[in-house]
Amino acid sequence: MEKCKDLRVFAEEIRVETLKEFAHLGFGHVGGAMSIIETLAVLYGGVMRIDPKNPKWENRDKFVLSKGHAGPSMYATLALKGYFPKEELLTLNQGGTILPSHTDRLKTPGVDMTTGSLGQGMSTAIGMCLGDRLMGRDSYTYLMLGDGECNEGQVWEGAMFAAHYKLDHLIAFVDLNKQQLDGATDDVMHMGDMVSKWQAFDWHVQKVNGHNVDEIKAAIEAAKAETGKPSMIILDTIKGHGCLLAESMFPCHHIAFTAEAIAPSVEHAEKVLEEARKA
Amino acid sequence: MGYTVKSVFEKEAVEMRKVYCNTLMELAETDPRICVLDADLVGSSGVKPFFQKFPDRAIDCGIQENNMIGVAAGLSAAGMVPFAHSFGPFAARRCVDQIFISCAYAKLNVRILGSDPGVVAAYNGGTHMPFEDMGALMAIPEITLLEPTDSVQFEWLIRQLQNAYGVYYIRLYRKNAVGVFEKGSDFEMGKAAVLKDGKDVCIVASGIMVAEALKAAASLEAQGISAAVLNTFCWKPMDAETLAAYSKKCGCFVTAENHNVVGGLGSAVASALSATVPAPVEMVGVHDEFGQVGTEAFLREAYKLTAAEIEDAAKRAIARKA
Repeated sequence: MEKCKDLRVFAEEIRVETLKEFAHLGFGHVGGAMSIIETLAVLYGGVMRIDPKNPKWENRDKFVLSKGHAGPSMYATLALKGYFPKEELLTLNQGGTILPSHTDRLKTPGVDMTTGSLGQGMSTAIGMCLGDRLMGRDSYTYLMLGDGECNEGQVWEGAMFAAHYKLDHLIAFVDLNKQQLDGATDDVMHMGDMVSKWQAFDWHVQKVNGHNVDEIKAAIEAAKAETGKPSMIILDTIKGHGCLLAESMFPCHHIAFTAEAIAPSVEHAEKVLEEARKA
Repeated sequence: MGYTVKSVFEKEAVEMRKVYCNTLMELAETDPRICVLDADLVGSSGVKPFFQKFPDRAIDCGIQENNMIGVAAGLSAAGMVPFAHSFGPFAARRCVDQIFISCAYAKLNVRILGSDPGVVAAYNGGTHMPFEDMGALMAIPEITLLEPTDSVQFEWLIRQLQNAYGVYYIRLYRKNAVGVFEKGSDFEMGKAAVLKDGKDVCIVASGIMVAEALKAAASLEAQGISAAVLNTFCWKPMDAETLAAYSKKCGCFVTAENHNVVGGLGSAVASALSATVPAPVEMVGVHDEFGQVGTEAFLREAYKLTAAEIEDAAKRAIARKA
């Protein structure tokens, strides 16, 4: 496990690379890509049992990005871990790219499941986790859900199923960034209290500051210690976190911008990265 | 090798669901990848013995068809070979997006069984009567759509699917089908089975309509009309090659299906022929209607899924030849 300072640096490196991808493209699902970065840093920065040189290694831990539109920050993470050359990042969404807007297990080394139709990653993650158990592997499956995604009924089918089958090697996150495409989640589709909802489905539930790598790491350790239940870690996050432009826009689920408009956000992220390195 | 057609067509002694369960139990004995999923229909699909013998690999998903298909996809990503069942309308129509994205687009390895096709749903009525299950899945790239005729063909099919890779939808008659093939028959995946040769008209049939087609062909023969009968148990990919050969030979077709002709077997055959050797096609099947309650016998008459209708259609097709 890398030290927490290293994880903070890794998170800011991911943020800078993700913003460069978007800056090159001129548009994208910026908000939700930014809000999960600290969790990606913790998972790929030491928690997950992975081998970037052997992305299909059967005994690896798996990660399903059910909110597949956050692909760009996943790609930055994988590139920084050496799954593929960093230069690929600037091909995001270009014809023939290995980096499509939504994550695809067939196109990108290190992507474990194809997602993009919300709710479906819940079920495929469950299947992978159950399959590993049946195959006698002790791998963990990590699952990232969006809060807007929790509008989907399939999420709650899976919530019931994972608890019924006592999938304690399933560790899920909800990126509670409180926005979806049309606006605030409370205005578009009020979902009530996430913590008590998942508790009611008989999950082990924790809520953490989703931009604090120490809290995320500790929560994952606590989740692993819990047996007989799937675990949910609710990430209290800010949509667009660390991207000045996205943070200033509402909603910021998908935004388009000129090179001039995004440049200060990239510079700011680079400055934050430098500060993290010096800290 | 090959298949032999029976001379007398009557209900088989064994239920198709029994063949489903027994064959999978036999395969699972030596293949730890085989697993069975159901959506609160274990009692209907007949897999209770599998659940008792292999409790870890038998997964009742409750009434969660969408989740079941995704779980099956995930299981296959972990190396398992899942067979997932629900009634046809729920296994197919309700799960088109899960089958499309989680299974087919992700190129995973899943077998989906949809039972009680078309009029076989009988007393469950219009809500449960899939005349559209194959059509709903037809436009999913690379999917294989199958409708076994009887227990012999079904057992062969399950064995084929043990080591096949891809997304397979099997339209399943759960109970006692009319036996068409002699025990020990085997087939070729994606190739139509030629059940009877002929030169005046070619009848292309699937599922419960195969026995009807053979009866119609015998009756036509007695009237001096030579009818070929093909069994396209694989609707997708459609065997365009055999169809083209029979188009040259017979010059006209009748399709016979327990499904909407729109997006069904009739459409698939007409589409294949239009790209090879075009010929008139008369379609026996459900003509864009919803299901309803009734006995299977009543419904077969109501939707004209009969040997008599196939016979009439054959004469109409012959009359349309240039």
